[in-house]
Amino acid sequence: MGEEKKIEEKRKEIKITPIKQGTVIDHIRKGQALKVLRILDLIDKDIDFIVSVAMNVNSSMGKKDILKVEGLELVNEELDKISLIAPEATVNIVRNYEVVRKHRVELPKMAKGIVRCRNNNCISNQNEPLIPEFEVVGKDPVTLKCEYCEREMRGEKISDNVI
Amino acid sequence: MYEGFKKDHVVRIKDFTLDEMSTVFDLAEKMIPVAEGKKKNDDLEGKLLATLFFEPSTRTRLSFEGAMKRMSGSCIGFAEPGTSSAKKGETLADTIRVAAGYSDIIVLRHPHEGAAQLAANFSDVPIINAGDGAGRHPTQTLLDLFTIKREKGSISGNHIGIAGDLKYGRTVHSLTNALSMYDTELTFISPPSLRMPDEITDALGRKGIEHKEVDGIEDVLDELDILYMTRIQRERFPSEQDYEKVAKTYLIEKHMLEDEMCKEDLTIMHPLPRVDEIAADVDLTSHAKYFDQAANGVPIRMALLKLLSEG
Repeated sequence: MGEEKKIEEKRKEIKITPIKQGTVIDHIRKGQALKVLRILDLIDKDIDFIVSVAMNVNSSMGKKDILKVEGLELVNEELDKISLIAPEATVNIVRNYEVVRKHRVELPKMAKGIVRCRNNNCISNQNEPLIPEFEVVGKDPVTLKCEYCEREMRGEKISDNVI
Repeated sequence: MYEGFKKDHVVRIKDFTLDEMSTVFDLAEKMIPVAEGKKKNDDLEGKLLATLFFEPSTRTRLSFEGAMKRMSGSCIGFAEPGTSSAKKGETLADTIRVAAGYSDIIVLRHPHEGAAQLAANFSDVPIINAGDGAGRHPTQTLLDLFTIKREKGSISGNHIGIAGDLKYGRTVHSLTNALSMYDTELTFISPPSLRMPDEITDALGRKGIEHKEVDGIEDVLDELDILYMTRIQRERFPSEQDYEKVAKTYLIEKHMLEDEMCKEDLTIMHPLPRVDEIAADVDLTSHAKYFDQAANGVPIRMALLKLLSEG
């Protein structure tokens, strides 16, 4: 039994190796890590960083995804955008292998340029020069209301429509 | 001059405060003799209205143009998209910016939901939403409320029955939201498959507005002060037979209004055009107010044009 536990601990270490400096986003809903990455829009950042993704990881609360960004400390404002599809996510900012700051993502009041409206007849889906914008009208489940057509979307519909 | 009205655009009825609605109604009341051609008015002399109708709606367009001209203003515009540059692929944002350079106020009707909000974001001159997709039609709601106010003296205190296609009808959603700002009792009359959406009835519940749902008009007719009829569309039913069955039960005829079957001062309204919902013999009764309701569209639109152009 003790041996098995040791092996399990070892496995866990391998899967989720600590980072020296950067951002670890934990408790992402399973299957959402790549969309979280897309929302964070890191690719254009002119900084040397490494992203590693762990998906479908066992945890006491069921399956989850984990995202690590080594070499880049994300600010709360950027991180809060992911709350639209990963409202339970927790963020650890790591320096020299130590967690120096913890942050629980918070829903913003407005979501601009993150998701598109699910209503095909909405003016925001017609090649007009605009950035899709939503008011966050509900927390559990996260509910967004289009600023243009007022159609609401929640849950999976939100992650399906990430830009 | 009109302190109760602070709008730059009229996009949706939800943006109106009670004060703003009452400013519109008071001014509309004053405009009635002008709308009827009994009094001259030059409040909008030298002003130009652009009516941009990307889908046809003859009644709405005529009432806006009539309102503008009764106040000595002029109109330019188009009545269907075939004659506009949208056909050449121009964005609505560009069309609006160009039209704003030519005119003092723009009335927009557009097939896409949220088009009026986009227009308001890009326009230097006031935008009035004359219907955008299955979305909003705030001037229809204002004229509905104005009609209730004129017929009953006030909007609050009435028991209002709304009948027909309550699931898909944009007019009734907008009207219900607006009525929830007043102290009214509401009854929704529809076949079970065309009930008012939950998000609307839930919102009423949160505001403490009393409301109930019934299947047939006669279940509640004798209690109503206002009966607001709307059309039930054939395409909402799986077969012609299913439609016919329902359509028959959503028909008001004169014999249903006799003796003590309804209140003596019951007001029947309809946004028009009607098809099978109100028999022609009802037109001659004192209950029929749907043509007055349509006529009220002109003073309401006059009030809005004046308030926005002077704002």
